[in-house]
Amino acid sequence: MAAINILTGRAAPLDQANIDTDQIIPKQFLTGVTRTGYGKHLFHDWRYLDTNESVLNPDFSLNHEQYQGANILLTRENFGCGSSREHAPWALADYGFKAIIAVSYADIFYGNCINNQLLPVALSSEQVDQIFAILQQDSNTEIMIDLPAQTVTVSGRVFPFEIAAHHKENLLKGLDAIGQTLELERKIADFEATRQIWL
Amino acid sequence: MGSTLYQKIVDAHLVDSLGEDLVLYIDRHLIHEVTTPQAFAGLNEKNRKVRRPDLTFGTMDHSISTRSLAIDACGPQNALQLKTLAANCAQHGIELYPMGHKNQGIVHVIGPQLGLIQPGMTVVCGDSHTATHGAFGALAFGIGTSQVEHVLATQTLKQSRAKSMLVKVDGKLGLGVTAKDIILAIIGKIGHAGATGHVIEYAGSAIRDLSMEQRMTICNMSIEAGAKAGLIAPDEKTFAYIEGKEHAPKGEKWQQALAYWKTLYSDDDAVFDTVVNLVAEDIVPQVTWGTNPGQVIGVNDSVPSPDDFDDPIVKASASKALKYMALEPGQKLTDVAISHVFIGSCTNSRIEDLRAAAAIAKHGKVKPSVTAIVVPGSVAVKAQAEQEELDKIFIEAGFEWRLPGCSMCLGMNDDVLQEGDRCASTSNRNFEGRQGRGARTHLVSPEMAAAAAISGTFADVRRFGA
Repeated sequence: MAAINILTGRAAPLDQANIDTDQIIPKQFLTGVTRTGYGKHLFHDWRYLDTNESVLNPDFSLNHEQYQGANILLTRENFGCGSSREHAPWALADYGFKAIIAVSYADIFYGNCINNQLLPVALSSEQVDQIFAILQQDSNTEIMIDLPAQTVTVSGRVFPFEIAAHHKENLLKGLDAIGQTLELERKIADFEATRQIWL
Repeated sequence: MGSTLYQKIVDAHLVDSLGEDLVLYIDRHLIHEVTTPQAFAGLNEKNRKVRRPDLTFGTMDHSISTRSLAIDACGPQNALQLKTLAANCAQHGIELYPMGHKNQGIVHVIGPQLGLIQPGMTVVCGDSHTATHGAFGALAFGIGTSQVEHVLATQTLKQSRAKSMLVKVDGKLGLGVTAKDIILAIIGKIGHAGATGHVIEYAGSAIRDLSMEQRMTICNMSIEAGAKAGLIAPDEKTFAYIEGKEHAPKGEKWQQALAYWKTLYSDDDAVFDTVVNLVAEDIVPQVTWGTNPGQVIGVNDSVPSPDDFDDPIVKASASKALKYMALEPGQKLTDVAISHVFIGSCTNSRIEDLRAAAAIAKHGKVKPSVTAIVVPGSVAVKAQAEQEELDKIFIEAGFEWRLPGCSMCLGMNDDVLQEGDRCASTSNRNFEGRQGRGARTHLVSPEMAAAAAISGTFADVRRFGA
């Protein structure tokens, strides 16, 4: 998968906490058997006024003209809670997002993002507030996310962020996680030889 | 310092550690049609094999009809997904319980029912309610499709160490108060993201007093507090539940397993990162009023006002939830009319749930304004219920008696609510649109759902002498 290094672009704001994966991609779009094509259904219930996806909801921020082409999603606490559906990061990535900036993430969703080269940046509530305020002033504000340096730069302000070393490495190198583990064949086989007899 | 149960299970499954990444061996991998097609496609693309088909078990549950066993009953897309699962299982030699099979049912109902889930195991499934199996003292958690592929290929999973939370519920539950009410009260107390990054261990006398099926209801909803997993240390009830089941160890192996299982508890001096205490006597029948499971109140409480909350984020969430749910602050839920009742889901579709709901259904008839469906969790649960003639009680009272599946919990089939419908549901999520676009979901216990069906509004089940 494509590696992530330094990412620049504009952000689309979604000013709400606890956005669950049912909102990100509702169940009627989970019947696919491929990983692609979910972007048009992203935030379906909020984004469209009709079930056929022909009428855009003018009140939904992602539909606003100034946020078209944004590649970073700005949101709040507990993003991606609920269902484990990996269709959520698939839909976000397919729509065009390369990174998310939020206060916090649900665990399964966070892992799913890492496995799909979608960078989940966690900043403090105050820092996220500041970025929302900056975007309100100027929706064209360029945001730079420097993964190696672990910083987000917005309007001259630099916000450091934390990311686990192994997650960072996976994103930077675009590694094949399964391929890496398969190299542990000997250790896996050794472990299997010691499993309890009733298992 | 002693170890927690979580630490003991992790340590017993450590294949390797790569920095912060632990490589854990996985004892059971449960699969279903929705979260696996892309994983198998990934394997096939790279010409990789399923390492341990013998530890992998499949069922059809999410996108199936509850009115017909036909695989195409819910349209060609659903059928394609189901056929893809069948083809993948056949190709890789994985045991599958398809439509019509005696073992078919909701993945988290059939696993325990077949004795596939045992104490001390690691269990994963591409479904966030996998924590259900923690009721057996197994470390069980939901994973994404890329991780499903990883487990299929390697029978291992990379995980970071989770923080630990002890939730202790002591005392005796009152009449009409259930495991569902305990877990809703816990989520109400710690919040929808209160356990993010943690594995919860549930303990205390009120938890010990619960049956295995009730413990499954508790662990099932761990994810609704954000937890990675939920655990309950195994005891005599656990062992008695497993003994004799199809996949349970037999003979000498049973004795060895039992000796090991008895070592699976958190040591007295184990330290938890967070401890939460609840008193069972304080818990009353719960009903959610909002759009996440933490937005919950006692059945006789008034709907809160956004002004009741100090945190601006919580205030904004409450305000948005009230609007979506069409509720007013101060309103009594016992005055709120419902249009639908759903009794089912991996949270509450087991035989004890159906018995409890039937005992209330006997007290009346489903109100004409209400559509009520009962969806057993598995073919085996359905057969048992029919043997006990619970189906007759439900049908006589005006409930529809359906075929097993996930059904209206998430509505991937045709069991979908319409805009403005209001449902008393025994499922696990009251998110916006979860049961249908614009539909309003209130989470309750099976007893409370049955009471709502025959009352036409939410009703305190204790009125029925439950």
